[in-house]
Amino acid sequence: MSLAHEFTYERPKTVDEVLLLKRQFGSKAFILAGGTDLIVNIKEGMLTPDLLIDIKEVAELKKLSLNGEMLFIGASISFDELIDRSEVQSYFPMLHDACKTVASHGVRTRATVIGNICSAVPSLDSAPALLCHDAIVHCASFDAKRDIPIREWFLAPRKTALQDIEIVTGISIPKVPESAGIYVKLGRYGGEDLAQAGWGIMLSRDLQYRIAHCALGPVPKRAAKIEALLDGNELSDSLIAEAIKLIPEEISPITDIRSSKEYRTHVSGVMLKRGLYAARDRLHGKKVDAAKLLGGIA
Amino acid sequence: MKELILKVNNELRSVYVESNEILLDVLREKLGIKSPKCGCERGDCGACTVLLDGKAVRSCLVLAVEAEGHSITTVEGISAEKLSALQESFIQFNSFQCGYCAPGIILAVTELLEKHPKPSLEEIKESIAGNLCRCTGYTPIFDAIMDLTKGDK
Ligand code: FES
Ligand code: FES
Repeated sequence: MSLAHEFTYERPKTVDEVLLLKRQFGSKAFILAGGTDLIVNIKEGMLTPDLLIDIKEVAELKKLSLNGEMLFIGASISFDELIDRSEVQSYFPMLHDACKTVASHGVRTRATVIGNICSAVPSLDSAPALLCHDAIVHCASFDAKRDIPIREWFLAPRKTALQDIEIVTGISIPKVPESAGIYVKLGRYGGEDLAQAGWGIMLSRDLQYRIAHCALGPVPKRAAKIEALLDGNELSDSLIAEAIKLIPEEISPITDIRSSKEYRTHVSGVMLKRGLYAARDRLHGKKVDAAKLLGGIA
Repeated sequence: MKELILKVNNELRSVYVESNEILLDVLREKLGIKSPKCGCERGDCGACTVLLDGKAVRSCLVLAVEAEGHSITTVEGISAEKLSALQESFIQFNSFQCGYCAPGIILAVTELLEKHPKPSLEEIKESIAGNLCRCTGYTPIFDAIMDLTKGDK
């Protein structure tokens, strides 16, 4: 048995070959890395590519490196590869938390971070961390290269700033010095589930806050008003209560199969509060298991 | 059609496929390897799990052509000579009922034990969080693995 839709399959070895194919085929060519979204979408008839370009043998896209202050993740790096790297856990704890919550192990061995941001579903778990770190998305077409700040990347559900003839080659994620972060995800059960709500919370020693959310609006985004309220202040219950009041201004949740918008709004307050204290605990060197913050269903 | 040479359970097998054929179907229909099962066909249930270069993947989401040059392991490979200690433990604990989830779980746990010979219960649960079992409630599965590895509860 085969898929109902037919396509050609290419497995080039260099980025130039990929870009050439992309120039020829434009929106009819799709990049195949993990395939965990792409193949499902083809099966369901949502995508009808003429060509799949498998990039897993392009050496340049397999890079994963930490150079001083910057983590570079190539386009074919899987979540599993990131989870296994101790530098990611030490310097990018929020990203590390997020990677661990994506689907389940057997999916994470294939699924990639870059695929995650290219699918650009509202619930994408890696987005809050990338937003809090002000990551840079590296794109290339046959004739040009450009860098897109992650804040300008997500345009609408399943729509990004990437053009038809472009591919993403990787993403650079700057360290945030003297800081700690955490990703708090609410799913209906441990393993597999998409986020009903996700909050990334980061705090630095000089009391600067970076906060972002996913699954709570058409695109993941930073919560600028809450950040402005918190910046420069020590955490306290009363300060957090003020921050929680701003949540309805920061999010625009919908009601869907996973939960109602009222519940998403309410639970965001709980998540923000626990996440802020947990980020502070991590900053002070305490071990915090992000998966346990909301009661630890596993 | 294109001829592919696939390395399955340490054996090189030749098979003709189209580029839109799914690895799970090719294993079952063209190579006669029936242990990977089709449950959901969309990555949610884990019944189709195979090891690709030693790592658990969803064979329902992998194209057969993608597997060229990689090594595929299924339960047939693990128990070619005799049942593995893990399989024996599953039998002893009567871990499965209908058995539909068993091949996927056996492979996922085989990978886990390669990496962590003495996993914690938490690590065991994490390793098969994406393998759904509709019969057992998982307890006899965890018990068999814990007993085999005498991990810390
Ligand atoms: S059949 Fe592949 S995960 Fe369900
Ligand atoms: S034993 Fe029946 S699904 Fe697990």
